[in-house]
Amino acid sequence: MEYMQVVIGILISAILSENFILVKFYGICPFMGVSKKTDTAIGMGMAVTFVMAIASAACWFVDAKILQPLNLGYMQTVAFILVIASIVQFVEMFLKKFVPALYQALGIFLPLITTNCAVLGVALVNVQKGYDFLQSVINGAAGGLGFTLAIVLFASIRERVDKTDCPECFKGFPIALISAGLMALAFMGFSGLKIF
Amino acid sequence: MTAILTAIGILGALGLIFGLVLAIASKVFYVETDPRLDLLNECLPGANCGGCGYAGCGGYAEAVLKGEAPIGKCASGGNDCAMKMAEIMGVKAEKVERRVAMVRCSGYKTTDAEGNIVGGKLKGEYEGISDCLAASKVAGRGPTACKFGCLGFGNCVKACQYGAISIKDGVAVVDEEKCIGCLACAAACPRQLIVPVSPAQNVVIACASLAKGAATTRSCTVGCIGCGKCKKTCQHDAIILEKNLARIDYTKCVNCGDCAKVCPKGLIKDSNVEHLPEVTAEA
Repeated sequence: MEYMQVVIGILISAILSENFILVKFYGICPFMGVSKKTDTAIGMGMAVTFVMAIASAACWFVDAKILQPLNLGYMQTVAFILVIASIVQFVEMFLKKFVPALYQALGIFLPLITTNCAVLGVALVNVQKGYDFLQSVINGAAGGLGFTLAIVLFASIRERVDKTDCPECFKGFPIALISAGLMALAFMGFSGLKIF
Repeated sequence: MTAILTAIGILGALGLIFGLVLAIASKVFYVETDPRLDLLNECLPGANCGGCGYAGCGGYAEAVLKGEAPIGKCASGGNDCAMKMAEIMGVKAEKVERRVAMVRCSGYKTTDAEGNIVGGKLKGEYEGISDCLAASKVAGRGPTACKFGCLGFGNCVKACQYGAISIKDGVAVVDEEKCIGCLACAAACPRQLIVPVSPAQNVVIACASLAKGAATTRSCTVGCIGCGKCKKTCQHDAIILEKNLARIDYTKCVNCGDCAKVCPKGLIKDSNVEHLPEVTAEA
């Protein structure tokens, strides 16, 4: 029972109070770059969720079964980059061959995720917080959902902002950065949510 | 020292294993793609204008490869592109017809020397979002007195990748020299005012007002009032008068231009499309 509580706590905090983008500021570049249209934002969000969950699982294995027994904890970052890059490549090839429909939907986003710091971030956070395998995967998936939530909300805000009559000097990217800042401010409100 | 060596060894081994797995996977999961697809993509202009009705040039190339789409749908690539594609696919190309867009509104907001309004009138000032769709959604359907005419906020201008459309005195105007007929502007117009013309279908009635004659006259000095003069003049029975608006039946129209001479408002226009050079793909 207590385990369930911890799991639910991870789920909620990863999505809201410790949102990877708007609270921790990981993965800002796809957040700014792929958020012009809601459709593509949803695609990107789905791809990130998928990769974060898989990367959490793989990195947990590499960390717990290879690095920790050999006292190589300080090589985590390097090893995780290696693992994530290979996994993304592998997943891309696998999808292209066996699930073409999913490849069509996620395909163009997958290479973009290879070096996304939200993915590396989730792997490192899992280790820092000492999560076990299941908790790591849940943290990864929930972190991805939080990413999706943030990027989809942001894309719909940007779609509307593009249509408004905003001052010339703020048009385009500047106003997007300001909107992102305001959104981050709003998400900071969730930090009051202390569950466990 | 051993610590460094283990670190190097383990990471090197990890890298080697992953590399091998990827190398094997790339062989095992190799998906054969038709080499013609790349060739087709190469000869398309890559503008992704969507004029062919597919999602970008890649989508059209795939459809052509599957035999779902005919060759010669690419307006911006023109004949050169169609010929090359036909060569790749091993079929004969059909000639790409030169098309240009025309705007079915003549209500330029201008005044004559005495200050009288000539053309479309405005019924109010619109200060909202500068966007045709947004303006057409406000109560009263936008700032123009005419409910059917061009709003002039330039959604078509934004949609055009070729800089071929601009707003002149509150109405969109197509630069026929630059227009390649992709009709991205037509899709962007909330009032469906933009239509294609080709050398064979060259005459357009440049008004879309479905209001009754008196109402049309109140809102615009150059609106079609449905008088029917053009219908009577046409010897080929090609003009249809429907809902207070004359319309051309292009299956019967022979491009004689007789109707244009009698229109009291001078609304029937023809484009210069037959004199324009064929579109050729950009090098």
